[in-house]
Order: sequence, then structure tokens, then C-alpha cells
Amino acid sequence: MYVYDDFDRTLVDERVREFRDQVARRLSGELTEEEFKPLRLMNGVYLQLHAYMLRIAIPYGTLSSAQLRTLAHVARRYDRDYGHFTTRQNVQFNWIKLEELPDAMADLADAGLHGMQTSGNCVRNITTDQWAGVAPGEIEDPRLWAELLRQHLTLHPEFSFLPRKFKIALTASAHDRAAVRVHDIGLRMHRNGAGETGFEVIVGGGLGRTPFIGKTIKPFLPKRDLLSYVEAILRTYNQYGRRDNIYKARIKILVHELGAEKFAREVEEEWQSIRDGALALDPAVVAEIATRFRYPDHELLDDNPPELRKARTEDKRFRLWLDNSVANHRLPGHAIVTLSLKPEGEPPGDATARQMDAIADLADRYSFGEIRVGHEQNLALPHVAQRDLPALWRALDEIGLATPNVNLISDIIACPGLDYCSLANARSIPVAEEITRRFKDLDLAHSLGRLHINISGCINACGHHHIGHIGILGVEKNGEEYYQVTVGGRADENAELGKILGPAVPYGEIADVVEDIAAAYLELRERPDELFVDTVKRLGVEPFKERVYATR
Amino acid sequence: MPLVKAGRVIEDRFVRVLDDAPVPDGVPVILPAARLLADARELVLRQAPTGVIWPNDRRVAELLPYLDWIALVALVFPTFRDGRAYSQARLLRERHEFRGELRATGQVLRDQLLFLHRAGFDAFEVTKEKDTAAFAEALQRYSIFYQPTGDGRPSALRARLSRGPSSTVPERQAFVR
Amino acid sequence: MTSPLQQKLKVTGPVVITANRLGDGAVVYRSSDGTWTTELAAAAVVTTTPAATELLTAALADRLRAVDAYVAPVQVSEQGVRPGNLREWIRCNGPTVAFPGQR
Repeated sequence: MYVYDDFDRTLVDERVREFRDQVARRLSGELTEEEFKPLRLMNGVYLQLHAYMLRIAIPYGTLSSAQLRTLAHVARRYDRDYGHFTTRQNVQFNWIKLEELPDAMADLADAGLHGMQTSGNCVRNITTDQWAGVAPGEIEDPRLWAELLRQHLTLHPEFSFLPRKFKIALTASAHDRAAVRVHDIGLRMHRNGAGETGFEVIVGGGLGRTPFIGKTIKPFLPKRDLLSYVEAILRTYNQYGRRDNIYKARIKILVHELGAEKFAREVEEEWQSIRDGALALDPAVVAEIATRFRYPDHELLDDNPPELRKARTEDKRFRLWLDNSVANHRLPGHAIVTLSLKPEGEPPGDATARQMDAIADLADRYSFGEIRVGHEQNLALPHVAQRDLPALWRALDEIGLATPNVNLISDIIACPGLDYCSLANARSIPVAEEITRRFKDLDLAHSLGRLHINISGCINACGHHHIGHIGILGVEKNGEEYYQVTVGGRADENAELGKILGPAVPYGEIADVVEDIAAAYLELRERPDELFVDTVKRLGVEPFKERVYATR
Repeated sequence: MPLVKAGRVIEDRFVRVLDDAPVPDGVPVILPAARLLADARELVLRQAPTGVIWPNDRRVAELLPYLDWIALVALVFPTFRDGRAYSQARLLRERHEFRGELRATGQVLRDQLLFLHRAGFDAFEVTKEKDTAAFAEALQRYSIFYQPTGDGRPSALRARLSRGPSSTVPERQAFVR
Repeated sequence: MTSPLQQKLKVTGPVVITANRLGDGAVVYRSSDGTWTTELAAAAVVTTTPAATELLTAALADRLRAVDAYVAPVQVSEQGVRPGNLREWIRCNGPTVAFPGQR
């Protein structure tokens, strides 16, 4: 993970000082709300239903144990003892007072954390997948490139007032866990015919009101050209993105209206003027940043050590968790452990301050002090020695972080919804909680296999419902909460948007509908290992629609 | 609207000429874009400086034929949230090497002054009287800049290279657990 | 629910003016004496568009204490004043779900 130097630290401190001044000028009335709002948004400060919400960036989802303890401290000192991890690898606090925000931000800055550009019409947190750097088969660690981009795009004077928000994601695996095809810019690291590593550049993906899968405008971009090419895209967007209609202001609309080819040509023309200028990444610059990327000093270990073998044989609950929550590491004798933040009946993606502290301790003990945040709203410990798995599991089990439902139907991804968010039409958390109760039987959940439910409380799609295997969108009908269901969405390299199942159903029935879909899948699948999303692909929506709406 | 240049409030010596009004002799003027383009052949002969106010939805490349003799380009922020003129400014300064006055007009507020300065603006029609006093403070808010622009401030990347290996900063533990 | 901040004003039943307190974001209601209260029971209730407009205009002018004021429906009965829809219920009473680890 990247460790700040004094330049990075100074920038964050200066930002805190600036914001403290801006808050003071707002509280005194010198700044109107209209003038202050974009400024606070650029520090991740929203005004929600009940209170201000602070969104803190966790760059590419990598967190140190010291940083996680700082989050716990902020939760306790300034909030209500918990935080929420989001679909963009950020963390949110829901109850912070504006008056106390500068102090909270100063505390965060001590650990190199901040809310810069987690909102506003600027480039947001750059995400990758939570297994970056440790997944087997990855070409290289994409986080180095994410960090180079992050720095270049932080407080960029030209791109701080874009037409709309801008989201970038990177992946370096064949299996895209970062959903790069539904981002404004998606970057897929891969090798060309000559064996060189570079980026496929995909532009104009996005969810929300008008979802789009992104278009490849450059199949292979050499590493050297990463910053200049992204600069060219942003300059094109800044100048020509629509500013007349907030719902048509994302780059996906510009790409769609111009056409991908014309858009690519505009970018290319701009890029030709700058590709050999100051933004060309020479190896010395990259190497310099790389010196602050710290990697654990892993022991040389063998796979399947005796501690593991023993526990696997003797403890059925451990085995269940092992098979579900533990993934292969690129190094033998090691493992990636996912901590499910989706226990039965609880808000998905939340962790208490007490849990955060405990996870920090476990990270120090078992994971070289490193934690990952996934956009599935779970956490991960990326560097665990296999021999430590039994002890780690016991510790996690004790604090409610070992529910073996990762990637299963009860591992739900949900936005905060109408319980918290002023944009929402309907609630999402109680819907998620009820679904986890219906599928608490782990045998049932396991028999259903990998099945992602995504819930959004409104069309802004923060729950990414369009790419859910089952997508649930909260809508309002005559003052009542209704839910529209889609099936068959996916966000990986075969990205596809879900298809509408039928008419929206009321709040009281949505969990029943999910049960009916699950039952239909068990009936319709060709074999037990045909994934739900593949059954939908094979048969289409109709057979599911028939069964779900037969009695509705 | 006070005009700030080189950190001070100054008298604006440029006169805004509207659309079809006659262009006064011997006086620095700022003309609308259409006027400059239509009358360039006469305007280039003027003794006094000529400037143009350029809309934020037109390519600045159209100004290329005139950049070696016009004295001032005024760019527009209809609201401070409309950031198109930042790109225009950088293109004029860095791509086309415009050396005259680059003036920010429209809604120009204190909290964007540093961004404006970094983008190449050197004159500011500041919206709020009070913000003129804070101009110097606004420019000094940050000492670290990640990205190079045409303003000559060294980027962090370059500064790191030139100073050699440095130690990282351990996380401060300023709070009690 | 379309954000109430984008509504065109048309009052057909009892309403209050509500906003968020600037300093801490807490939900507040406009009282008839021109102050803000966190208690719905102490809010000024009006039933006509002109009255609501007047109350809203005064509230919007008070930018120093409250942010994003708008007109919200209420129900009036012998039990008193209640929030008029789910969104206002949640604003008044808090999230309908427990915090993590509270159950």
C-alpha cells in the first residue's frame, strides 16, 4: 500500500485548513449556501435527511490498520459509533455536525485520510478491485497506476468544475472485479502482442437514469501515456459535456451523442498535442511513486499447512467459512480473507466502531496491517498466512464478521436508501434485512450459489442495481414504496444490464418476489452448478416472469 | 466589480464596447467576439490595445490568427460551477502561448482564485468586494501541487525527483483511543 | 418521492415548513414566531398556498440558521400533528432500521 510522504501530508493539511476557513465563513453568513455547497461537496460533505453525511475516500480500497482505527475514532467521537462502506470503496458517516467537521477532518488527516473529491463535479475516488496486488493471475498491481492518477487528478485546477461527477476504475485481472465497463473511464491492464503491458481505455459507461456499457476508444495505451490520455479525455469532456441538463451531463451522454468514433477522434486530436509534454510518464517518476508502495515481507510458506488441515477436518463451521470466505492468494501458503458485513437482519455494509478496532487489531496480527474495502461492501484481509486461518476465524466469529455468505444471495449490495438519503424514493436497508432473514438458512443460500442482489433506493443507482443478478430499484407510486425488479445484470468482463421482470411490486411483497425468483431458478437450472445469471441468459426473462407474476 | 491584477485592485483601463457601438480611438477596448472577427482587419491597425470577450462555448482556436496582436482575452464563468473557461485559459496560455492579459469574468469568487491562477488567468473581475482583500491569502492556501500547468509552480512529482529519496511520514496519533 | 426542493407550490392540505439546521443538519420546523424548532408539535401549520408561500419565503430568507427549507405535508388529528408521508416520518423520527449491532 501507498505511504504518504510529506508532500501528500502537507496537501491534506492545507485542505483541512482551507475547509475550516470555508466552514467559518459559511457559519458567519459570509458564504451563502449556494456558494458553500459545491465547496463542501468537494470535501465529501452532503446534507441528508437527518444530518450531514461525510464520505471519506479510501483510495482504491486499501486501508492501513492505523487508518481503520482513525475511522473508529471518528465514529465514536463525532458520529454514532458506526460507519458504512460504499459501492465505490469509500466510507460514510451519517451524523456528523458541520461545526465539528473541520476537527473530524483534522483527525482524519493525521492518518492520511480525507474526503477530497468524494463528491462534487470532479474526479471521484478511483477504484480497483479489493484483491489488487494479491489475486492470482493479475498482470501487475493496478494500484500504482491508480495512485498516479489519483495524485494527478487531485485539486486539478482545470477539472474541478466538470459538467458532472467523474468516476474511474482500473482492473489488471482477466476477471474484472472492478466493473470497469460501467465507469466514466475504465482502464483494463493487459498485454499486447509484443508482450508489453498497457491499458484498454473504455469510456462512457455508467448506471443511473440512462445506463450504458462503456465503449473502447483505445484498445492499447502504453503506460507512459496514461496521464496525458486521461487528461485529453477530461479536457474534451470539460469543454463539450452538456451543462444544460443535469440528467444529460455525464460523459456517457457525450459519447452517445457524438458517437464513440467521433469522440475518440476528438480525444486523439487533443492528445497528440500533449502526449510528449510534461505528462509523459518517464520511468523515474513511476519508480519514485513505487518506492512508497510498501509490500509485506511474506514468509515462504507451503499450501495447506497442518493447522489448516486439522481445523478443516475437525470443525464443520470453520470448513463452511473457509470454503466460502477465503480465496486463493497469488503466493503459496497465503490466503485472502473476506469479512462479510452482511450478517442476518443487519444493515448491509455497516461496521461498528468496536468492530473496526477489532479488525484493525486482526489486520496487524494476521495481515501485515492492511485491510481492503470492496465495492460489494465487504472488507478483506489480503495477506493472511493459511496456518493462521483457524485462529483468525475464531476471532472474526466472535465479533460477527464471519458470516459465510460471501457472494451468496444474502450478500446484498444496497445503498442507504430513504432511511438516510434525501434523493431516495424508497427504503433499501429494511428490504435487504428482510431478504437476509428469508435466506438465513445457509444450506439454501449455498444451494443457490453465487447470486448478487443489488438494491437502489432511487434511479441514481448507487446500489448498482442495473448490474445486479437480481436488481431492485425503489420507486414511488401514489406516495407508496414500490420496487421494480430486474434480472440478469452483471458487471464483469461480460457486462450486461439487467432486464425488467414485470410491474413494480409494493414494499410488503418484494421479499416474497425474491423468494419466488430463487425458487424459479432452482426449478429451471440445467445443473446445480449453472449460475443463476447464466440460467437467465439461457432462458430469458419470461419463465421467471411467469412464475413471479402468476399470482400477482 | 473590482479588477485585481498582480495581487492589487487596479483601475480597469479597458472600456467594454457593446455589439455595434463605435470603437473609440486611443482607448483600450474589450470587444465582443463577433465584433473582433468581423472587424479584425481594421482593429489590428489600432494604436490602443484591443481585447476580446470570448464565450465559453466557442473554441479558442478561432482566436489563433489574432493572438499575436490582441492585448487581452476575457473568458467567462456564467456561474462559478461552469468550468469550461479553465480549459480555454490553459489552451490559450500553454498551447497557443498567449502572452497578453487573460481575464476571468462572470462569477469569480475567492475559493476558485487559486485554480484560476494556476490555469493561467492573471486578471480577475472579482465578484465580491470583500474577496479582493483575500486575494493574496487565496493564492497561498496551498504549497503543494500535484499537476504541472503553465504557471511555473513545480509539481510534486518533479520536486520529489529533484530532491532525491525522502522519508515517509508515519501516521500521527493525535487522538486518544 | 421527487425531492420536495423541486416542487411547484400547490397546497391542498395542512403543511409545515421544514429544513435542516445549518450547524448540525438536524431536522427543524418553522414556528409561527419566526424561529426554528426540532419539535413538529411546535411547528406552524398552514393550509393555504398564500400562507405557505409567505411562511416559506420568510424561512428561505433566514439562511443563517436553516438550509434547504421546503413545504412538507402533515396530518392533523386529535392526537396532534403527524408527518404527512413516509419521507417526513423518517425525517421526524429517524431511520426505520436499527443501527448495526443494536439489536
